[in-house]
Amino acid sequence: MRCIKNRIEHKGSGEVTLCPDEPEDMWHAYNLIRPGDILRASTIRKVTTEQDATGSTRSARVHLNLVIRVKNLDFDPQSSQLHVSGQIMNETQHTKIGQYHTLDLELNRNFTLEKEAGSDGGGAGWDSIAIESLKDAVDEGGKRRAEAIAVVMQEGLAHICFIGQFQTIMKQKVEMSVPRKRQGGGDHDKGMNKFFKVTLETLLRQMEFNTSVTSGSNNEAVRPVLLASPGFVASGFQKYIQSEATTTTPGLKRLLPSLVVVHSASGYTNSLSEVLQSPAVKSLLADTKYARETKLMDDFLEQLRKETSKATYGPREVENAVDQGAVGRGGGVLIISNRLFRSQDIAERKRWVTLVDRVRDVEGGDVRILSSDHESGKRLEGLGGIAALLTFPIHEEDLGSDEE
Amino acid sequence: MSRHRIKDVGYDDEDYYSDDGYASPDPEEQEFLQQCTAAVLQQLGAGQPPVTATKEEVQEALWHYYNDIEKSVNYLRGKKEKEALKQKPKAAVPAFPAPCPTAHFSAADFFRDCPWLNVPSHRKAEILVEPLYPRLGLLGGAPENGGKVSKLAALAAARKKKEGEKAPTPTGTPDASSSPTPSHAPSPDPQAPLSLRERLAASGRSTPRPSEGSGLRRLGKSSSSSSSSSPVPKEPQPELKSPEPLPEPMDKSKAEPEPRETVPNIRASPSTFASTIVGPAAGPTTAGPSHLHSNSADLLKLYGQDAEPFDFAAPSPDDVVLNAQSTAKGFKSNTASKSAGNKKAQADLTGGIKDLSVEEKVTVKSKNLDVLAEYKKSNRKRSANFVVIGHVDAGKSTLMGRLLADQGAIDKRTLDKYRQEAEKIGKGSFALAWVLDQGSEERARGVTIDIATNKFETEKTAFTIVDAPGHRDFVPNMIAGASQADFAVLVIDSSVGKFESGLKGQTKEHALLVRSMGTQKIVVAVNKMDAVQWDHGRFEEIEQQISSFLTTAGFQEKNIAFVPCSGVLGDNIARRSEDPHAAWYSGRTLIEELEDSEPFTHALEKPLRMTISDVFRGGVQNPLSISGRLDAGSLQVGDQILTMPSGETAMVRSIEVDSDPSDWAVAGQNVVLNIANIDPIHLRSGDVVCRPSSPIPTITTFTTKVLAFEHLMPMQVDVHRGRLHVPARISKLVASLDKASGAAIKKRPKIVAPGTVARIVVEMDHAVPLEAPTRIVLRSGGSTVAAGLLE
Repeated sequence: MRCIKNRIEHKGSGEVTLCPDEPEDMWHAYNLIRPGDILRASTIRKVTTEQDATGSTRSARVHLNLVIRVKNLDFDPQSSQLHVSGQIMNETQHTKIGQYHTLDLELNRNFTLEKEAGSDGGGAGWDSIAIESLKDAVDEGGKRRAEAIAVVMQEGLAHICFIGQFQTIMKQKVEMSVPRKRQGGGDHDKGMNKFFKVTLETLLRQMEFNTSVTSGSNNEAVRPVLLASPGFVASGFQKYIQSEATTTTPGLKRLLPSLVVVHSASGYTNSLSEVLQSPAVKSLLADTKYARETKLMDDFLEQLRKETSKATYGPREVENAVDQGAVGRGGGVLIISNRLFRSQDIAERKRWVTLVDRVRDVEGGDVRILSSDHESGKRLEGLGGIAALLTFPIHEEDLGSDEE
Repeated sequence: MSRHRIKDVGYDDEDYYSDDGYASPDPEEQEFLQQCTAAVLQQLGAGQPPVTATKEEVQEALWHYYNDIEKSVNYLRGKKEKEALKQKPKAAVPAFPAPCPTAHFSAADFFRDCPWLNVPSHRKAEILVEPLYPRLGLLGGAPENGGKVSKLAALAAARKKKEGEKAPTPTGTPDASSSPTPSHAPSPDPQAPLSLRERLAASGRSTPRPSEGSGLRRLGKSSSSSSSSSPVPKEPQPELKSPEPLPEPMDKSKAEPEPRETVPNIRASPSTFASTIVGPAAGPTTAGPSHLHSNSADLLKLYGQDAEPFDFAAPSPDDVVLNAQSTAKGFKSNTASKSAGNKKAQADLTGGIKDLSVEEKVTVKSKNLDVLAEYKKSNRKRSANFVVIGHVDAGKSTLMGRLLADQGAIDKRTLDKYRQEAEKIGKGSFALAWVLDQGSEERARGVTIDIATNKFETEKTAFTIVDAPGHRDFVPNMIAGASQADFAVLVIDSSVGKFESGLKGQTKEHALLVRSMGTQKIVVAVNKMDAVQWDHGRFEEIEQQISSFLTTAGFQEKNIAFVPCSGVLGDNIARRSEDPHAAWYSGRTLIEELEDSEPFTHALEKPLRMTISDVFRGGVQNPLSISGRLDAGSLQVGDQILTMPSGETAMVRSIEVDSDPSDWAVAGQNVVLNIANIDPIHLRSGDVVCRPSSPIPTITTFTTKVLAFEHLMPMQVDVHRGRLHVPARISKLVASLDKASGAAIKKRPKIVAPGTVARIVVEMDHAVPLEAPTRIVLRSGGSTVAAGLLE
């Protein structure tokens, strides 16, 4: 995402003009735009006009620049589309103030986002979290692509996932019933071959991989493809791709160098964390955001196992720990899922923003915001979306009984 | 106004044209018409009872029936009788002498003494019942369509009977009222008409519109071959003639709807289909839509498809017949798609009577056995399943290969072949394992990947071996194997270093798993003793370590047995070791130890449950087969089964118990079910087979009491139950419990330590067939984290 104009005032109100240039930017926009914000973007609206005399109507689609006050956001991660609905705030030839409209943000089309810091609590404004996610969204280097494709598989089941910087998208699931080995039956091998065939076709379709040898896109970089499975399924799949490349589709040869076979415990997406932590992948995708996040979650869980009282999770428990000053200098880490900031309720968002600011600025602890759309974020979700590594052990006997 | 007038003109035009087209100005035809009219009037007057009709009526009827005198007479008579019936109040009549359906008799004779106009409605139902029986029976001998009909009918009858036995299912057909009075009805098969009706309903063409179109259609058929008297226009077979007169009484008895003048009336009256749904009250008066008494029409009606109003949304009658034929021959895949389309088209029609309809084209007659009684009678040899577990490369497959070879379950030639092939790729020592490791990948890598089952028999017992993989990646497969077993054989590599690494690895995990899945007895085979020169000290060391571990895992001392053996050489497996170093061991051999197992009891009386372990194509004869072990209940050929979570029904074509064909199967047996009438897409390994009457619930969340093997916290896990393997997450730690008493020690713990018992809530993404009490295993990141019992 490119930042075209930035006019954020000190108090927290102001506006930015952004230009999304890749699908993941929609996800950033989804995190940035909150209900109550003012969004300006170009859009198409179907305008229906009525002929006074006869009562017949005529409708036309007109291009408009509309300003809306956001009511609702709808994000489709599969296709990376963001629909923002709200009430129109500017009057045009075709619209009235107060009419509802849904803006579909489009790639390479500027939009302007304005946040108001209401003194009466009307809006959250550009708080620290919003500024941080804006920084995340605007990549200075301009070198950020969807980074890897993971095929997590087991016999008869494959999940094709795109691992981006900020989100992991489960693109497609391939499920097929493969006959088990039987006395004197060759069905199993046949079934596996068919399964590999379907999986490869699906993968190529999702990658938009051009298998023709003559195409001009030959020098286009191929993203690393991680083949992960328990046992020998992944290596079998690699072998299958190799044999396909040598026999039927030579275009596949470009794909071969980017294949990496790693181990995973199962063919379900929850074993992605293991895939991302494997040495082969680490060397391939050194120090990417999700690798760090995965590591962080592993550290936290390790701490929880070893020194249960020096780690805690759950909204109440973490707040309690922060109150006691346990998430401070010298190893205190607050891990929080960005889902909490996406809350529709402004008070709820403020609660977490305050907590984050307090840990960072007052207590001096470390704050890590995990993307809820990553594997590690999903694990954090299971723990209530928030967890903390503590500097000293605390006991919280009565908290649980309070909630009962 | 002007528009209206134009419209009228248009109508007039149409009328004019139609007159022009059909009214015959030809004097010859006029004369013929007159002749026919006279003939009809005469026949009407002569018939029993005599009816009168105006000339206009007669001519119109003749026009509609293409001057077919017989049909016109029938039609007019029906119409008049109905009119008369309407006028006269109904009076109770003494029981009607039920006709005895003999070979060939005239309907007119048959009903001569019948007080037509006073037949009480309940009697009519019985009349409806009887005449159909011989029709079907006789048609059974006819080729093609006829045969099909009787088969379907037989199936429906069988099913009906079965249902009747199980529970009094409300059928909602007129036949339901007739079946309780078999004494009045000498018909030996009261179900036959029902089956016909079901078939009609199922074919979905009995929409409440026996419209003119269909009537004309039929007429078109009959008149195309012969205009008047040929009774069987399309079917020249002589056997088919015999049933013809029989339907007539039925039609007469409730002669009622009319094809033309009262078209709206007919539309309003419920069809067969509707009456089936609405219930018996509506049935007798409306059940028989046939008013066309011509023999040919009746014959067509027999076939169901042609006689009903045709709905073009559904497959054509020919398609239906072809479907039925091809399915009967076993071309499953073909029919699956067709019947699926068929189903879709008629979903709204057939939905209500789904359980009545004979949608299936594959007909398997249930023998209606009392399976449990059969089982008790059968006096089979005691059977036992055992799973072979242990760390990878402990020699499980080789040991079992040896066992099978020594017991003669594998012939020598096959074994030699394996030996040769194994040596060719430089893995000579794996030859015995190849008996069980049939997969090409397994052989190439020398590692068991999936479970393999094989069987052998001793004098006392029939054993089924479940050879489980030892590699940690394939523990899910091992869990599937262990769920099929009554007891376990733990194989331990006694060679130096291997035993120790195995103990850390899967030796422990497997033992814990089989224990937590309910296995009581475990036989420990200390393998590869030849590699340590039958060192007695080594054996004792292993015995001590393992037995202390097994007792802490919950095995009772008396249920643990140790045997030192060598899989490669075969010492102490089927025969006693002749090695002088092994002389110190005087205990039992592995076989003797296996035979010592007590008989295992299974939940035979419970509702049917079977976890599918494999879905495959059994061959040309059996295009779709599933295998697995019956966890509970019993099953027989011809049974309707329900697979969950897909919720699709299927029909059991045949059963193989331990690869021998059988008519039935009971809990505890390993079976292959050859099934039909289901699309394979609905079947996955891990699905549960049950009966439609007592389906297993599918759930997305459950509470379970587990023993933690590792730290538990809200996290993502895999849930295993037999072949079932689904991703899930622990959403809540409810409480950690006291091991002995089960009382809660701490509510809502932050983390559950290994070795503790806890109550947790698990959520899954998709609905999964699980019901309490079931033993489940939770794994995460390639290791088993907990095992427990569903609550």
